[in-house]
Amino acid sequence: MSLLTATGLCKSFGATEALRGADFAIDTGEIVAIMGPSGSGKSTLLHCLAGIVRPDQGRVAYRERDLVNMSDADRSSLRRSEFGFVFQFGQLVPELSCLENVALPLRLGGMRRKPAEAAAREALDRFELGDLARKRPGEVSGGQGQRVAIARALVTEPKVVFADEPTGALDSLNGERVMGLLLAAAKDVGTAVILVTHDVRVAAYSDREVVVRDGRTPAQVAVP
Amino acid sequence: MGIGQTLLGLLETGSRHGYELKRAYDERFGRDRPLHYGQVYATLARLLKNGLVTETGVEPGGGPERKSYAITDAGVTDVEKWLATPEKPEVYLQSTLYTKVVLALLSGRDAASVLDTQRTAHLQVMRELTRRKAAGDLADTLICDHALFHLEADLRWLELTAERLDELARQVAP
Repeated sequence: MSLLTATGLCKSFGATEALRGADFAIDTGEIVAIMGPSGSGKSTLLHCLAGIVRPDQGRVAYRERDLVNMSDADRSSLRRSEFGFVFQFGQLVPELSCLENVALPLRLGGMRRKPAEAAAREALDRFELGDLARKRPGEVSGGQGQRVAIARALVTEPKVVFADEPTGALDSLNGERVMGLLLAAAKDVGTAVILVTHDVRVAAYSDREVVVRDGRTPAQVAVP
Repeated sequence: MGIGQTLLGLLETGSRHGYELKRAYDERFGRDRPLHYGQVYATLARLLKNGLVTETGVEPGGGPERKSYAITDAGVTDVEKWLATPEKPEVYLQSTLYTKVVLALLSGRDAASVLDTQRTAHLQVMRELTRRKAAGDLADTLICDHALFHLEADLRWLELTAERLDELARQVAP
């Protein structure tokens, strides 16, 4: 049984049809790249899968639970406890230190400050970022910030990490480092990773790819 | 790759037997495609004939594998010349793939699926290289990176072609 599935997703923004019947499935611990040209609907698909955007039509199921018709409160709670997110520009909270940023998902999940910050420190250490704990996002480099964002995404040991162009703002070497860390850490805890990217070198870190074209996901090709 | 110049380059670090040269070559450059002994001895014979190497000794027992070789001044000049000469930048037109796409369009088949199949095949190779990089040393990383960048270039062509399929279909329409 797949961990997360979507069938027949349609989504329009005004007159623009972003998704026109997209399908998707991912298993536990799998790494899947969503690829396709700019404007093809990759990010909309990711946002529908993560329960950030509600599709106009179609079904999204996480462990058999209907994500589309779930209450907002349940969906938020599910996102906090089971999902992790990494975006192109990290989206760290600028007013918080790196440690507080990493502890944030745990705090939002109801954990008290001390144990949350202890777990965050452990996560930062795992990514060799212990020295940055007290620094704010504005005081660290792009590559370091993105690694902090990965530590934050993985601190709750989520079942699925949604990564939207996680290396898009980094140079090749930092991009490789970030991908290596993200996937090694995800593999360690059996986290599935859904990776939106237009970069084929990043996609090469995945187990398989799903191509989105004009809001659809044509039957995926199997090569012997 | 110029096997002759590569062997000469290896000999610049000191004289070696044929089998030592083969081993040094395979270790550094032949991980994917090791040299055959025949290639090594044929190349050494040619280098000897052209005065680029010289025999420095023969161990008892005879046979080409028992001979050791050293580079000559002419050999050093040859290596220098080779290193200073750029490789010809080849315009790698994916002519076979282009032909397949055009033929698919001409015959009313799904040209996009031709490109999809190729993308999947390319990505499969890229995954293998990426895994090899992750498990390997710096030499592996550099060798794999070179291959990865070439495959990436192919894929960029492929993606652009996918976006231009409608336009191409109009142009090749009979």
